[in-house]
Amino acid sequence: MSSDRAIQIVRQMALAMGLPALLFVAWWISSSGSESIFFPPLSNILRTFADVWFSPRIMHDVVPSLVRLFIGYLSAVALGLALGIAIGASRRMRQVIEPVLEFLRAIPPPVLVPIFMLFVGIGDMMKMLVIISGCVWPVLLNTVAGVRALDSVLEEVIRCYRIGMVARLWYFVLPGASPQIFAGMRQALSIGIILMVISEMFAASNGLGFSLVQFQRSFAIPEMWTGIILLGLIGILLAFIFRFVENWMLAWYFGLRRSQRESS
Amino acid sequence: MADNTRANPSSSAMVEVIGLRKSYDDHHRSIEAIRDVTFTVGAGELVCIIGPSGAGKTTLLKCIAGLLAPSGGQVVLEGQPVTEPPARMAVVFQEYGRSLFPWMSVRENVDLPLKRKHLTAAQREKLVNDALAAVDLADVHRAYPWQLSGGMQQRVAIARAVAYEPHVLLMDEPFAAVDAQTRADLEDLIRRLWRSLGITMLFVTHDIDEAVYLGQRVLVLSSSPTVIMENIAIDLPDDRSQLETRSLPRFAELRKHLYAQIQASKQGRRPAG
Repeated sequence: MSSDRAIQIVRQMALAMGLPALLFVAWWISSSGSESIFFPPLSNILRTFADVWFSPRIMHDVVPSLVRLFIGYLSAVALGLALGIAIGASRRMRQVIEPVLEFLRAIPPPVLVPIFMLFVGIGDMMKMLVIISGCVWPVLLNTVAGVRALDSVLEEVIRCYRIGMVARLWYFVLPGASPQIFAGMRQALSIGIILMVISEMFAASNGLGFSLVQFQRSFAIPEMWTGIILLGLIGILLAFIFRFVENWMLAWYFGLRRSQRESS
Repeated sequence: MADNTRANPSSSAMVEVIGLRKSYDDHHRSIEAIRDVTFTVGAGELVCIIGPSGAGKTTLLKCIAGLLAPSGGQVVLEGQPVTEPPARMAVVFQEYGRSLFPWMSVRENVDLPLKRKHLTAAQREKLVNDALAAVDLADVHRAYPWQLSGGMQQRVAIARAVAYEPHVLLMDEPFAAVDAQTRADLEDLIRRLWRSLGITMLFVTHDIDEAVYLGQRVLVLSSSPTVIMENIAIDLPDDRSQLETRSLPRFAELRKHLYAQIQASKQGRRPAG
């Protein structure tokens, strides 16, 4: 059984890596003789990659970006969960708050950058607020949906056995809504990466977005391309970590769905 | 000792339902579900409630459980009026697939209601182990509910109720969705638990045979708006077995009588007076 599973994983990896490998080769070949300074050969870009990023730049630009993303993202998740549970639990609350939420959600977070600058300056706080203002919505809205969809029979079990408020939240509401919450968190993660870069393009002194703009303005074109590749790699890595956590936390859910498919 | 209380159920009332009414308000009109239901269940009794589909059986049970507020009348448990789910009452729901928490193992499901009971970890562990052993599921306590068959899932729900140490156990058509063979086993399990634990049981079903086989007494409900059609004692021997009890002439008589009652109830006949 476990060796079957190993074979399955290898096959999935081969399938997953096939197209990226093909694209890589295509890029390599099509750019190999390129004379254009905006579209340098991939070999050049890769040679530059190590010089640019395996340097003090890691501590100066990459780490600060990731730390801001991390704190902003987790704050957004905490905020979205807290508000989502409160809003999902009460119909009155939804009626009052939903129109406001629709309005706030419709505002593209990048336009908030100038406003946040006015209030909190151009430091890390501004950038994290931009990330929070974008990431909070998918978590919030999915949590509301998850809390509303909680099973009414389980709700009666909770009442019948007189389960207290805290235990109800911890053993029923959060795990019951967790499949939707994770869907929201996954959307929020990709939004967070985009906003991490955008927030560093204005009035910043470090970060991945700042570096990219600097390279582009100083015509360091291969360096600019390495920044884009690095962002892609960071995105893949974060998605991979997310998937890992999700598979662990939602193991019961995927198992339940499998058993329902098999029995129907 | 337990047999004395059973022989004389009126000696101490465990559950009293007094003039219970329930209507649902739906926008402009009011739908009357339960018109007037009064009955008493003595301590240690096993009473089955039977009625045609749509007879308000589940509504009645939820009112008794404190999950629904009645529109009139009241439910009294051990002398205390029921206004919310009482601490000494457990419910086994009909939808076994939805009444267990799918993110918890079997053991965690049984353990959850005990968290509030101010017990030591060792006491809780013993209650959970004993309850799982009582329903013959001691070896699957680490599985998730959805990994088990329907009958086993309902046994987990029964174990959860048993571990809670209720004085009254309410069951809402708990075996309606399992196959016939499993159902017979579960009925025997219920009889066995009732006799060994000495608790009071109220068992709602739409199955006439099940009601006669399980109960000491059967209450027949009319179709909605619900009143009680009949309250009939089941004078079968206390030791019941699927093979022998069901082939007794008396079983057939009771079954026939209740069948006629249910048919009358379906046609809308009400009790005289």
